[in-house]
Amino acid sequence: MNAARRSGPRGSMVRRRNMIQAARYAGALFITLIVAFPIYWLFLMAFKSADEVYAVPPVYFPAEPSLGSFASLFRGASFDAQTLINSLIIATSTTVIAMVLGTMCAYSMARFRTGGHNFAIWIMSQRMLPPIAIVFPLFLAFAFIDILDTFPSIIVVYVAFNLPFVIWMMRGYIEDVPVAIEESALVDGCTRWQVLYKIIVPMSRAGIFATAVFTFLFTWNEFVFALVLTNNHIVTYPVQVTGYFAAQQTYWNSVGAMSILGTIPVFFAVIFFQRYLVRGISMGAIKG
Amino acid sequence: MARIQLKSLRKAFDDVEAVRDVDLDIEHNEFVVLVGPSGCGKSTTLRMIAGLEEITSGEIWLGDALVNDLPPRDRDIAMVFQSYALYPHMSVFKNMSFGLEMRKIPKDEIAARVNEAAEILDITELLDRRPRQLSGGERQRVAMGRAIVRKPQAFLFDEPLSNLDAKLRVQMRTEIKLIHARVETTVVYVTHDQVEAMTLADRIVVMNAGRIEQVGTPQEMYDRPATRFVAGFIGSPAMNFIPCTVEGNAAGASVRLGDELSLPVPEGRRERYSAFTGREMLFGIRPEHITERRAHTEAAQHDFEEEVVVLEPTGMDTMVFMKLNGVDACARSVPRAAGEPGRPMGFTINMDHMHLIDPGTDRVV
Repeated sequence: MNAARRSGPRGSMVRRRNMIQAARYAGALFITLIVAFPIYWLFLMAFKSADEVYAVPPVYFPAEPSLGSFASLFRGASFDAQTLINSLIIATSTTVIAMVLGTMCAYSMARFRTGGHNFAIWIMSQRMLPPIAIVFPLFLAFAFIDILDTFPSIIVVYVAFNLPFVIWMMRGYIEDVPVAIEESALVDGCTRWQVLYKIIVPMSRAGIFATAVFTFLFTWNEFVFALVLTNNHIVTYPVQVTGYFAAQQTYWNSVGAMSILGTIPVFFAVIFFQRYLVRGISMGAIKG
Repeated sequence: MARIQLKSLRKAFDDVEAVRDVDLDIEHNEFVVLVGPSGCGKSTTLRMIAGLEEITSGEIWLGDALVNDLPPRDRDIAMVFQSYALYPHMSVFKNMSFGLEMRKIPKDEIAARVNEAAEILDITELLDRRPRQLSGGERQRVAMGRAIVRKPQAFLFDEPLSNLDAKLRVQMRTEIKLIHARVETTVVYVTHDQVEAMTLADRIVVMNAGRIEQVGTPQEMYDRPATRFVAGFIGSPAMNFIPCTVEGNAAGASVRLGDELSLPVPEGRRERYSAFTGREMLFGIRPEHITERRAHTEAAQHDFEEEVVVLEPTGMDTMVFMKLNGVDACARSVPRAAGEPGRPMGFTINMDHMHLIDPGTDRVV
């Protein structure tokens, strides 16, 4: 009897809570739909036939989804998929070089106060420069020494552009490693370099992965430098996508297919490093 | 195993002098404890021996070698840090073997040494674990194991027990002493805890404001402190310091504590104190040498009466606080004889254990 009396108000409270919860989910679903719709549209474009792309009213479910748009990227003299390979080479090289140099620099700044108090801010300020402001001077300089449209030149630019970010991030992660652990390693027989790669690097692995993924993404998606500093030898995939917007018509099928291919490495990078990303980002949030 | 010599060692951080002119000679196998309040330079001195801190001037000798400019890895020392500083990304075994691997010791010997050390420390079953899976006491053992396997010339301990709870600290203290007896190595141990210093050390080095105040065996430090600082630092509860004047006449000398109380100086010290007759001095006496009134067994024992201010029972003893010549003083009484706050109580003081301190120089005369 006691229980029955109590179940009344408690039952209504449970119902109320369920309704609030349902409303929350409905809201979340609505927002997700809005956010996800462009991605859905991108996929649609890749799988639609050429007629369906221009159909009015728009086709939401292609009658015969086809992989033809993808296949065409791998055929023919232009071999558009080459741009993905170019991007992969450039982004990977940039990430590796920037991470190696940046981590060493960050270690030196974190532990020896290299460059003094304001050096870190100064480095970060390099990142505030809009790319468009330096891309044409760079173009003229590269043209003068005749290294336009080569892998090394674009990689150097990307490394330079990403270093401030890498240094800034890594400095925070390295400062989180207790100095006593390093000292312990020094007493145990390590040189400074050994401390760096046997202690610091493994201990800030989460931060390294997080920083590397971001560096890779920045480089992978970079457009302005790639557009200006490359021509037809090492076209990158974002530049290639814009190539489909021609004067007479836009090749929407190719835009869709290329964009999807371009999303794949990013997708896997994020999936693969997800747990490091979350940890790395939150670690950085506390300090640095 | 090696002798460690510090000669006129100095360390300055910018314009702050952390260590000034430290001279110290540590023998083979000796267990030396550097003790002092925080900021006294004891940790800096230890870190200079380890090579983790550059020397501003002076010399450090390890064995027969001048090591001033040697990096830590070439000094053949092992160090246990306050935070243990275990490598979180390595197993316990790897933590202990790391230093040996860096020195390119053969694999089978590494395994043998790690297992031996693990046995000494009773951590054999922890070898596969990661540091984060260990309790504080276990981490402490691993940190010591990491030092032991190296078989270094010297062990350096930097406040190794400060992060443990009180009970474990006492237990580990005993263990450190046993291990030292077993592995026979020179030990330099830094702590701010004078009890740790007293219980562990062959010799204690009391430091204050970057200088060595006194070096000696624990008993010497307790019986014959050289300065007011050492007198107050060693022993718990701390020594009482009571303003007094030294009085002398044909019959003998005495110290006067206020209008009411005058205590005769033991005969053997009269001459030593005669130079201070008529001067304002500090009278130092440890609480354990002021007791409840008891039958005299020594000539130097004297009685007096004073009002009790507050009582602090510790179980075995009760600390009795009173005012002597305007300052707080503490006596150590057996619990059943302790008086009551606000009421007078009879005390017996043993003047053989008194110290006379010159307030101008802060030295015990």
